[in-house]
Amino acid sequence: MTNYAFGRSNPSPAQARPVGFKPSALLATGLLVMSLALACLVLPSAGAVAQEQPAVANTVGTAPDGSKTHGGQEATKDDMGKYTMSDGTPTYRIAPDGTMDWFAYSGYRRYHAECHVCHGPDGMGSSYAPALANSLKTLSYEQFTEVVVNGKKTVGVGTADQVMPAFGENLNVMCYLDDLYVYLKARADGALDRTRPSKREDKTKAYGDNENQCFGRK
Amino acid sequence: MRKLACAALLLGVAVYAWPAAANDGLTKIIKDPKQWGIQTGDYANTRYSKLDQINAGNVGKMQVAWSFSTGVLRGHEGGPLVIGDVMYVHTPFPNIVYALDLNDDGKIIWKYEPKQDPNVIPVMCCDTVNRGLAFSDGMIYLHQADTTLVALDAKTGEKKWSVVNGDPKKGETNTATVMPVKDKVIVGISGGEFGVRCHVTAYDSKTGKQVWRGFSMGPDNEMLVDPQKTTALGKPIGPDSSLKSWEGDQWKIGGGCTWGWYSYDPETNLVYYGSGNPSTWNPKQRPGDNKWSMTIWARDADTGMAKWVYQMTPHDEWDYDGVNEMILTDQQFNGAPRKLLTHFDRNGFGYTLDRVTGELLVAEKYDPSVNWATKVDMDKASPTFGRPLVVAQYSTEQNGEDVNSKGICPAALGTKDQQPAAFSPKTNLFYVPTNHVCMDYEPFRVSYTAGQPYVGATLSMFPAPNSHGGMGNFIAWDNTKGKIVWSLKEPFSVWSGALATAGDVVFYGTLEGYLKAVDSKTGKELYKFKTPSGIIGNVTTYEHGGKQYIAVLSGVGGWAGIGLAAGLTDPNAGLGAVGGYAALSSYTNLGGQLTVFALPN
Repeated sequence: MTNYAFGRSNPSPAQARPVGFKPSALLATGLLVMSLALACLVLPSAGAVAQEQPAVANTVGTAPDGSKTHGGQEATKDDMGKYTMSDGTPTYRIAPDGTMDWFAYSGYRRYHAECHVCHGPDGMGSSYAPALANSLKTLSYEQFTEVVVNGKKTVGVGTADQVMPAFGENLNVMCYLDDLYVYLKARADGALDRTRPSKREDKTKAYGDNENQCFGRK
Repeated sequence: MRKLACAALLLGVAVYAWPAAANDGLTKIIKDPKQWGIQTGDYANTRYSKLDQINAGNVGKMQVAWSFSTGVLRGHEGGPLVIGDVMYVHTPFPNIVYALDLNDDGKIIWKYEPKQDPNVIPVMCCDTVNRGLAFSDGMIYLHQADTTLVALDAKTGEKKWSVVNGDPKKGETNTATVMPVKDKVIVGISGGEFGVRCHVTAYDSKTGKQVWRGFSMGPDNEMLVDPQKTTALGKPIGPDSSLKSWEGDQWKIGGGCTWGWYSYDPETNLVYYGSGNPSTWNPKQRPGDNKWSMTIWARDADTGMAKWVYQMTPHDEWDYDGVNEMILTDQQFNGAPRKLLTHFDRNGFGYTLDRVTGELLVAEKYDPSVNWATKVDMDKASPTFGRPLVVAQYSTEQNGEDVNSKGICPAALGTKDQQPAAFSPKTNLFYVPTNHVCMDYEPFRVSYTAGQPYVGATLSMFPAPNSHGGMGNFIAWDNTKGKIVWSLKEPFSVWSGALATAGDVVFYGTLEGYLKAVDSKTGKELYKFKTPSGIIGNVTTYEHGGKQYIAVLSGVGGWAGIGLAAGLTDPNAGLGAVGGYAALSSYTNLGGQLTVFALPN
């Protein structure tokens, strides 16, 4: 791993981590461990009260404010236009009037430039790479991040060799990691069909600034 | 005893020299219709065979004679070679080579499996396909995914030499076959989506030593062009023709890759091929004509020096690679015999040129849905002579970054991709496998990192609207008039190379897995058989033991395996459109098989 620019816990001033730009391999691994630990703590009690209070549904739901989010969880918006759930995981958000958040739209665009040549249109998969609209049903945000940063290999006898490159050094991917996740989660949850999000929130100035900073542009 | 040993030794030498024709060079093998000595059928790339045992009258009775599993489950492009009594079959990555004994039901004589770093897999755009082996003078040439060119003893599979043509860490890979010409092997390279500056290289066929290399862009001496002698549309290209057409040093990551088919005319001693898209797909990031991407090249086989060039799509805005095959024919044109070059470009225009001079004769749409340009300007007095007249609505350059240009036809995969057409001198028609797919295309800014994708556009593809709903056609084309003679609707893109024969039959494969035979005059379907997997390979024919065989590789994948495997939707048609053209996965699955057909005894 020579993933230098992204989310080191102590970035050098020259490579300062953009505001709200969180993933990194190290951090992700840490989060993964943490979330596993949390899961261990939470699961028994969750199981005990499963009847009355089911865990957050792994699908699209209606949030208290009437919008559609992952599991219907309440999501807070930051100045970049990103919606985050209480556990810190980004989510898509479709307003009651059908307006989609900027990240899901941006993720659609980036997906169909960087990812679809292997993973197929709309996350539907190809003859040699899995359908991410399916994978994201089970893959956590941390796992997703880990695979994108570090890549993945399934090579062996009797299989169609599958190798995903490490995108940790690819700014065109890394600067849009959350966008990609949010878009694919919307696809996996069935919140977004095989269409280009049409009605959407605008790109914010903070998002543009962050984008430029991520690319090292002025 | 001594005499016997001596005889045995002589016999050994004789056996080593077999097949006898091999030492007489590739040209003789190509002239023998019983063999299939080169991927393209002949140097002219006609994919035409003089064999006529299987013909329009009896092809309906054709049956499977034997089959062979390659053991690899990825996209199988290209086809087998038949040299003497041996068939040579290749596979996608890991690029295994099998020599099969046609005298013994395809028993494996030898197998060669190179060791390659699997990290090359994701650097290859659009699956790990390989378009096949080449042969000359007792040697089988394998051009691996990682750009290693290997010469194998055709008799034993023993490696004679190898040379590395590029660096996968920079995004340089290979999917193409190579073309042996005289004492050289002509070799291309891929990597247009990774900002590679691509080139064509000639290696000495005996030793693997590099003889010449011509880049698609850059300084004149590196492109092997002569500012005064190399012409474009009849005029000298002048000094620094490429450098002047790029901003700054963007030509250094300019693309123009050379992964298509090559043809060769022994009379002019010219090698013909096309260069691919300029990097990136975002046209705003690379102002200028981006020469000489998207160009038909004619290079001297001995020196590499370019005689003429013709850029079909200056300043590409749609990823219309110019790499498709150049088919060389001698035909009547306007009442006079002409040496022609016919090329079905990704951009949807079928071009006919004089292959000696590079004069542009015909440029017409070979799919009626093509809309990004009204026509190619054929007025020699016009300042835009030879250039496509781009429709503003479909110009991703004029619409700009972050704007979604909708309904552009064809899609980036082109009206035709690499799947090669065939030409029959009996009908004077070209038989062309095509895509009938359109797209929305939105370019945006990207940054370059060596060895990482450098794309810069979002696109979504869908079947051509207001048409038959399918994503492909198989057409017969008159290259002198620029007209479609007949057209067969196909539910999916036709991604298989065609074969035309003296038996008045044309063969092609489909993505659902059918091998089809149609009448060369009318297009009437005469035969079809469903093989185990989708066909993106090219149809081959040969004769063995007095019997004509038809062979084709099955194994769905390639670019066709991306969009089409999942099924395409028309975003303009709204939800539920997918039902009209269900996913290819409803028809076929991964595979890797050679199927060989013949008439029953």
